[in-house]
Parts: sequence; structure tokens; C-alpha cells
Amino acid sequence: MMTGTLILTSMALPAVGGCLVALAGRWPNIREAITLVTATSLFLVILGLPGASGVFTIAEPAPGFSLAFHIEPLGYVFACLASFLWIVTSIYAIGYMRAHNEPNQTRFYAWFAVAIGSVMGIAFAANMLTLFVFYEALTLATWPLVTHSQTDQARRSGQLYLGILIGTSMVLLLLSIALVWQITGSVDFKAGGVFTEPVSDTILTIVYALFIFGVGKAALMPFHGWLPAAMVAPTPVSALLHAVAVVKAGVFTILKGTVYLFGLDNLSDSGAAEMLLPVAALTIILGSVIAMRQDNLKARLAYSTVSQLSYIVVGALVANTLGVIAASLHMVMHAFGKITLFFCAGGIMVASHKTEISTMGGLGRQMPITMAAFTIGAIAIIGLPPMGVIWSKWYLIAGSIEGQYWWLIGVFAISTLLNIAYLLPIPLQGLMSSPAADDHPGWHEAPIPCLIAMGITATGCVALFFFAPAIAQYLSSGLAPTGSGDQP
Amino acid sequence: MNWLIHYNYWIVIVLMMIGLYLVIARANLVRKVIGLNIFQTSVFILFISIGASRGASAPILAEGIQSYANPLPHVLILTAIVVGVATTALALALIVRIHEEYGSIDDSSIHDQDDEP
Amino acid sequence: MTAEHLPILQVAVPLALAPVCLLIGNRHLVWLLATAGGLFTFVCAAFLMVSVFNQGPLTYYLGGWEAPWGIALAIDLLSAFILLLVGLVATLTLIWGKASIENEIPGEQLSLFYCMFMLAVTGALGIVATGDAFNVFVFLEISSLSSYAMIAMGRDRRALTSSFQYLVMGTIGATFILIAIGLLYMMTGTLNMADLAARLPAVRETTTVLAAFAFLTVGVSLKIALLPLHQWLPNAYTYAPSVVSAFLSATSTKVSLYLLIRFFYTVFGADFVFRDHGLQYILMPLSLIAIFAASGIAIFQKDIKRMLAYSSIAQIGYMTLGIALVSQSGLAATIITMFNHGLIKGALFLAIGGIFLRTGTSQLAKLGGIGRTMPWTMGAVVIGGCGLIGVPLTAGFVAKWYLIVAALEGAAWVVASAIVLTSLLTVVYVWRTVEILYFKTPGDSVRDIDEVPMSMLIPTWLMVAMVIWLGIDTTLTVGLAEQAAAMLFDVTP
Repeated sequence: MMTGTLILTSMALPAVGGCLVALAGRWPNIREAITLVTATSLFLVILGLPGASGVFTIAEPAPGFSLAFHIEPLGYVFACLASFLWIVTSIYAIGYMRAHNEPNQTRFYAWFAVAIGSVMGIAFAANMLTLFVFYEALTLATWPLVTHSQTDQARRSGQLYLGILIGTSMVLLLLSIALVWQITGSVDFKAGGVFTEPVSDTILTIVYALFIFGVGKAALMPFHGWLPAAMVAPTPVSALLHAVAVVKAGVFTILKGTVYLFGLDNLSDSGAAEMLLPVAALTIILGSVIAMRQDNLKARLAYSTVSQLSYIVVGALVANTLGVIAASLHMVMHAFGKITLFFCAGGIMVASHKTEISTMGGLGRQMPITMAAFTIGAIAIIGLPPMGVIWSKWYLIAGSIEGQYWWLIGVFAISTLLNIAYLLPIPLQGLMSSPAADDHPGWHEAPIPCLIAMGITATGCVALFFFAPAIAQYLSSGLAPTGSGDQP
Repeated sequence: MNWLIHYNYWIVIVLMMIGLYLVIARANLVRKVIGLNIFQTSVFILFISIGASRGASAPILAEGIQSYANPLPHVLILTAIVVGVATTALALALIVRIHEEYGSIDDSSIHDQDDEP
Repeated sequence: MTAEHLPILQVAVPLALAPVCLLIGNRHLVWLLATAGGLFTFVCAAFLMVSVFNQGPLTYYLGGWEAPWGIALAIDLLSAFILLLVGLVATLTLIWGKASIENEIPGEQLSLFYCMFMLAVTGALGIVATGDAFNVFVFLEISSLSSYAMIAMGRDRRALTSSFQYLVMGTIGATFILIAIGLLYMMTGTLNMADLAARLPAVRETTTVLAAFAFLTVGVSLKIALLPLHQWLPNAYTYAPSVVSAFLSATSTKVSLYLLIRFFYTVFGADFVFRDHGLQYILMPLSLIAIFAASGIAIFQKDIKRMLAYSSIAQIGYMTLGIALVSQSGLAATIITMFNHGLIKGALFLAIGGIFLRTGTSQLAKLGGIGRTMPWTMGAVVIGGCGLIGVPLTAGFVAKWYLIVAALEGAAWVVASAIVLTSLLTVVYVWRTVEILYFKTPGDSVRDIDEVPMSMLIPTWLMVAMVIWLGIDTTLTVGLAEQAAAMLFDVTP
């Protein structure tokens, strides 16, 4: 019972925090204190949870149709990731929002908290319906954040954001869930999936394709357009939600569905997952190519995210245990790398009001700390040691080999080269070329809270290199009974 | 001449069509109401005529009469007539109000007035 | 002692209150009386529901005259369910409506208005409670005539023409139903629904019964506003006083739909309607067109009330779609949608009514930025809108989920895909409204207004709360709807 209460607390805490923030709107210091306290206590609650648990049903409106939660390694790692980065992002947001003089900050913090609460619901959902509920809640809760500035551009981006996310989920995902329900009579997550009776390969392929494309938050092409559009939001939102919480919620949904709803064995036997691999591979390459052509830093990072997310999707689609471990690891590694990059992008915007990469020459001399953090983040995304990403890529390649998809290794190689080509020039140019004539000489760094946040995540990128094996161990402990069955 | 046996139905159908035609084709609201009345009346006749029986007498118990007309449809139609009168009254009241507001009871002219902001 | 008379009391009390309302000049007293009447019907409906749930269907003979001589009231699960909806909505709209009614209706007509409202409630409850075919017609006309009168009381002069249009179409529909009842009586010699059901199979092959079936279907469809017989609805809902829009949108089409289900399943029998005459092949395309076309039209509306009216036509399409699936789960989905949509639309119209009270307009263009001055009302609009879209944790999702599952069960893949696709259209028209209300810089008409008083906020939010509650705990709706559907299928001869 204790665990059940804690799981509920993890969802209620941010929601309550959001309400308190809304009430404390008149006193900014108290408001920010509430955010920080809520974020920290949420992380402590998550740490206090056991690594695995049974199913806790909150309400069962109809037989088999319930709101229920459980803890398993995938969700636990995701919850830890999101709640930890929320603390860091909150610190960052305080510096950023104040320095930027953003209006309506109370609304911002309140909805931010609600969004995190939804993420916890996604992480601990014990069946597809519960997950779907919080998936939609997350979409709606982030809409006020995306449209924060209330300009026409924000409004249009908000339309695209809702249009694609609600559209894919309400049409494709819902249909897929209903089909699963219709075929198997259950949408509960369980080891090995719910398809216990054999179904025809064609039907499984159709349902699975509906599922994968239905999760619009995973930004698989052609449903990726919302992600660059969402960059109109304030940078903390882009950093936590559109590099971590929302997009990871998408790939997490795919992973969870693949492992616990469809079942890895079903998918690899029927070839349902295989059919979609080219789409994911294409998204990896095209995302990187488009990223290279963006001059706006946040837009470039957004397309980079589109590309990186598909690594995780590939991990799910190769449909074996190694792939799933790789995908989950990459979820964590990429989160740290990308959030660092976004923090830096926001820092640059606040301190020097620059958003276009072509104007950032010589910035390394004014903002050495930011640029150093950026370099670490860039190396992490590219996947060079001693960064954590090397591990996830390693597992990904191992998973591809086990699934005998040799051509995927080629895709990864090309993508890594592309990553180098669109990320490394930014810090290099910042160091090498001389600053523009009208720039202030000397130090002009981002606000202190922003620097602290960058420092924490950049350190994380490196630290994860050492922790990765432990995480992989924990993940495989949860996956062992569901995997290909060849593990002792 | 078999089809003439049920001539009451033919009357009903003709009246019904006349009524519906008036409702649909006339722009004048009062004429529409008249059409509606004719339409309803046709249904009243339908009900009344189905209560009749050849050679039957009014449903009053009396010596030596074996066959009575069915009184129930007649009773029902009394209710329906009341409803019809109420409908007509309401419709006419509405037309009076419409005339006050628009100065016309012609459908097309009312529409023209509303289209202008 | 009184308990056994509940079926008639809940119809008779509002009927008796109607003339009493006329006699009371005091605007507070008359409101109190009407609200008490509404509350009474709700309590009756709740008791009836419990009784039917525990002891099975009730039959009540008026004055102790047994059928076929007397008039019977028959209450089963389905009717109790709809009675509950009507009673609930009547109570909440009346509690909510005091300020709104006094704002929109001239003082000297207030008593008249409450009188009409009571009659409309009587009519709606009577249609649902009665077990006698002719009585259906009488109650239908009571509710219709009072609705025409109430709609005509709207402030805009177009209310008059809308009311007239509704009157003409409504009367044609009601007369069609009358013809059908007459033809059925010709063939069977009875008006009692249970007797009709027993005697119809013997004459089911005759043209007369077929004609009765056709007249009835068209007549009721007119009252339901099933496309293409929907033209009266948008105008009527748009120009009626706010409280009337809310009450009618939540109950009137649902009650007519109840009538359709009752006649299809209890009187004619599903075999006759669907197997022998294939009505689903007409109903299905019409429903789909209704959903798509009406949602599409809703997107382009400049007036919120009119947009909601078109949305209602689309939602009616969902409900008839469930019937057209010809399965127990489809029927259950229809019943769930009826109840849930009644609440969602009621909540939305109450919220919009609050906006109308403060600004005197429901034109979208004039309401930009009202989210800042009326945040609570705005919240109700957003949640109600989510309900329409079918966002999870709202009642709308439950309804949509069961409809999709029912469609998939019947292997109607195209239908299931169509249902999910239409959510997109709903998202567009709902979010377009939310965006305008939230984004635009407030204009003169909305800058200096206050939030509506608590007396209006509380009923609105009660309904909103129910929309959410029924999205989480569905024992009431789903449980009852499935039982009611099972019951209707069992009695099919």
C-alpha cells in the first residue's frame, strides 16, 4: 500500500505544487521556492520508490478498463530522469525567466508542474489506457507553455503542436488501442505482451504501425513538424519538455508498448517491427540533414532531437532485449546531452541576444563557461568517449547485429558524421573566429542559476559514462523474463 | 373500381398533399399555417374514418343494436384537435410578433432583412 | 404509499406547478417554485432508478385502470436513465438560470416563462415515462409547444423566425408520428406499447405496418434533428434564451432519440427494423454524413452558440451511428453518448450563457480575450470542449471509446476509422474557440466585466465536475447502459 501511495504522490505532488504556484503568483520568491521544493521532494519520492512493484488499481470503471499504476525498470528510469532534470531545469528557469523579463511567469511555472505530473503518470502507467490518459493530459498541459508568448507565431505553433499531437493520438493511437482491446480483450502491460493467441501477421503489422505512428510525441517522420514549431516556447520549456519530458514520453510509450503490449517475440516473429525500420532510419538521416541547414540554434537542436529520437525508436523496432536496453539508455544519455545544449542556447539568448548560429562567432571569449558546456553536450550527442552515449550506441549496434540488420550500422555511421558536422562547428566557430565588431569585449556570461544548471547536466553527461553499466544491468533485470528467452 | 372502396384514404392523401404543398411552397407565413392546418385535418379524418364500421351505429348502448363504431379514435382525435388548435394559436401569435418586428409576414422579405447586419 | 405513485407524480407535479407559476407575480417566489419542481422530478427519477435497478421494470396504471383500457406508464432502466438526465439538467439549469432569465426575459413575462419551462419538463418526462403510444404524441406536443414559446422569448428578433421554423417542422414531425400511431392502431387495435409489441408480429408483413414504420421514423428523426432533417436546430439553439438553449440541447434531442430506440426495439422489434427492412443501411450513411458535415460546418461558425448547435447535430450522428451498428454494444454506446453528451453540452451552454449574461453577445469575434476576465467560466468551456473532443478522463472519451469498440466488434473498420477521424474536426472547432477566448487582446466589450456570480458558477461547475467524474467512474453510465441495452435486446421478439 505504501508504494501505491508513493506512486500517487508522485503525480499529485506536481499538481498540488502547480496549484500552490498559481496561488503564490504575487510573490515571485515564494513562488520559485515552492517550485524548487516541489521538484526536490518529487525526486526524493521517486528515489524512495522500490525498483519494481505490483499493479495498483486506482479506479476500475469497467472490467479490464482501469486506471492503474505499477513500477518497472523502464518507467522507473524514465521517472528518475524526468524528476531529476526538473530540479535542474527549475534552477535554470529562475535565472532565465527573470533575466529575460518574461511575462506571465506564474502561469508558466504552474503548467510546467502539471506537465511533470502527467509525465509521472505516463512513467508508472500499468496499462495502455492509463498511459493514453496521461499522454493526452501532457499534450494539453504543455499547450499553454508552447503558446506562452501569445504572439501570432506562438498561436500558429500551438495549432501545429496540438494538431499533430492530438491528431495522431486521437486518430491512430486510439484506433490502435481499440484494436488491441478488440483482438485480445486487454490493454494491460504484461511481460511478453497481451497477444497470447496467434494473430495474423498482417493484422499485427497494421495495428503496430498505427501504434508507432500514433505516438506523435516520438516525432517519427512525417509527424515530426510539431517539434521544431514548439521551439517558440521559452527555452526552459524547450529544454525539459521538448528535449526530455514530452519527446521521451513519446519514445517511452513506444518502448513500453513494444515490450509489454505487443511483445518482442511477437514483433520479431511476425516482422511487424521490421517493416517500420526504414522509416526510423530515414528519420535519423533526414533529421540530421535538415538540422545542418538550420541557422537558428534552437531549430537546429530541435531537428537534432528528431533524428536522435529515432535512434530510440530503432532500438525498439529491432525487437530484441539488447535493442530495448540500448533504447532506454539512449533515452537517458540523450536527455542529458540535449538539455545541456538547450541550456546553453538559452544562456546565449539571454546574455547576448543571439539566436542565429552565423552570428555566434567569437562567442567563446565572452561566454567561456557556456561554450565549454556546449562542447561537452555536443560531444555527448555525437557519442564520443568519455560520454554516456557511447554505451547506448554500443548496445544499439549490438542489438542490430543480433537482429541481423547490418545495414543499420551504416545508418548510425552516417548519422554520427552528420552529428559532427552540425554540432561541432558551433563551439569551434565560437573559439576560432573573432567576435563581430559591435560586440562587447570581455566576459558576458549567462545568469548564475543558468550556469549552475549547465554545470550539473554537463557533469551528468560525463558521469553517466561510468553509471551506464549499472543502469543497463537494472534494465535487463526487468527485461529478462520478457526477452528473447535465451538469457539464463 | 376496387380502389374506390377506400375512398376515405384517397381524400386523406389528397388533403395531406395539399397541406404539405402549402407549407413548403408558400412564402406567406399565414398561408403556411393554413397548410399546416389542412395537413393536420387530413390526419384527423384518417383517424375518424378508421373508427367507422359499415352499418354501425354511434357507440351508445341501446336495444337491438349489434354493431357500434369504435369510439376510441374519435376520442383520441379530440385531443389531437385541441393540440392542433394550440399549435395554430401559437403560430398565429408568433406571426403577429414577427409582423411587429419585421413589418412583413413574407418569408423572403424577412430573410432579406436579417441578412443585412 | 406515495412511493408506488412516483411514476405519475414526477410528471404530474411539474404539470400542476405550471399554472401555479402563472399566478405568482413575485420573481423570486416563482423561481423558487419552479426550481423546487425541477428538484422534485430529479429526486423522483433517482428513486425510480433505484427501484427499477433493484426490482426490475415498473408499470403504473393511471387511476388503477389496467391496460388496454387505461393508460400505462412503463419505466424500465433506459427510461429511468433518461428521466434522471432530464431531472438533473432541469434542476441545474433552473438553479443556474435565475440571473440569466431575469436578464433576458422581460419582467412581466417571467411567470409565463417559468410556466412554459415547467410544461417543457412535463413533456420531456412524460414522453419517457409513458407506455402508451398516443400519450407519446400528447406529451411530445406539450414539450414542443412550450419549447416554441420559450425559444420565441429570445432577445434577438430572429428568435421569432427560428421559433416559427421549428414550429412548422416540429408540427409536421409530430403529425407524422400521429399518422404512424393511427396506422398501428388500425392494424392492432391497441395503443399500449407492450400490447403493440405482442400483436405486431402477426401483421408485420402488411404495407400498413411498413407505412407506420416509415412515418414514425421520419417523424421522430425530425425531432431528433438527424441530418438532413436538422435545419430547425441551429437557429433555435442560437437565438433562444441561454437557459432554454442549455435545457433543450441537453434533453430534447435525447428524449426524441429515446423515443426512436423505444419504438425500434420495444414496439417494432430489432428484427423487423434492421433485418427485414435494413434501416441501418440508411441510418449509417446519414449518421456519418451528419458527423462529418456538421463538424465541418461548426468550424466556420462565427457564433459560439451556433457552433455548439452544429456540434450537437454531429453528436446526434454518433448516437444514431451506435443504433445503426445493430448490436448490443452499439446500442449501449448510444445510450452512454446520450447521457454524457447531455451533460457536456449542458455544461458548455451554461458556461456560454454566463458569458452572454456579462457581455450580451455570443459572437466569437467580440469575445476575444475573455479568458482573462472570466477565468472560471473559461475553464468550464475548456473542459467541456475537451469532453466534446473526447479527451481521456472526460465523459466524452468513455462514450467515444465504447462507440469505437462497438464498431470494431461489428468489424466495421471504416466506421471506426471515421469516428476517430472526426475527432480531428472537433479538435479544430473547439480549439479555435479556446484560442480566441484565450489569446486575443480583450476588446471593449470584455475588458471591464466581472466573473459571473456564484449562483451560476456552482451549477456550471457541478456539471463540469460530472463530466469529469463520469470520465473516471463509469459505473453509473456504462453499467446502466449495458444493462439497458441487454434488456432491450432480450425483449426483441
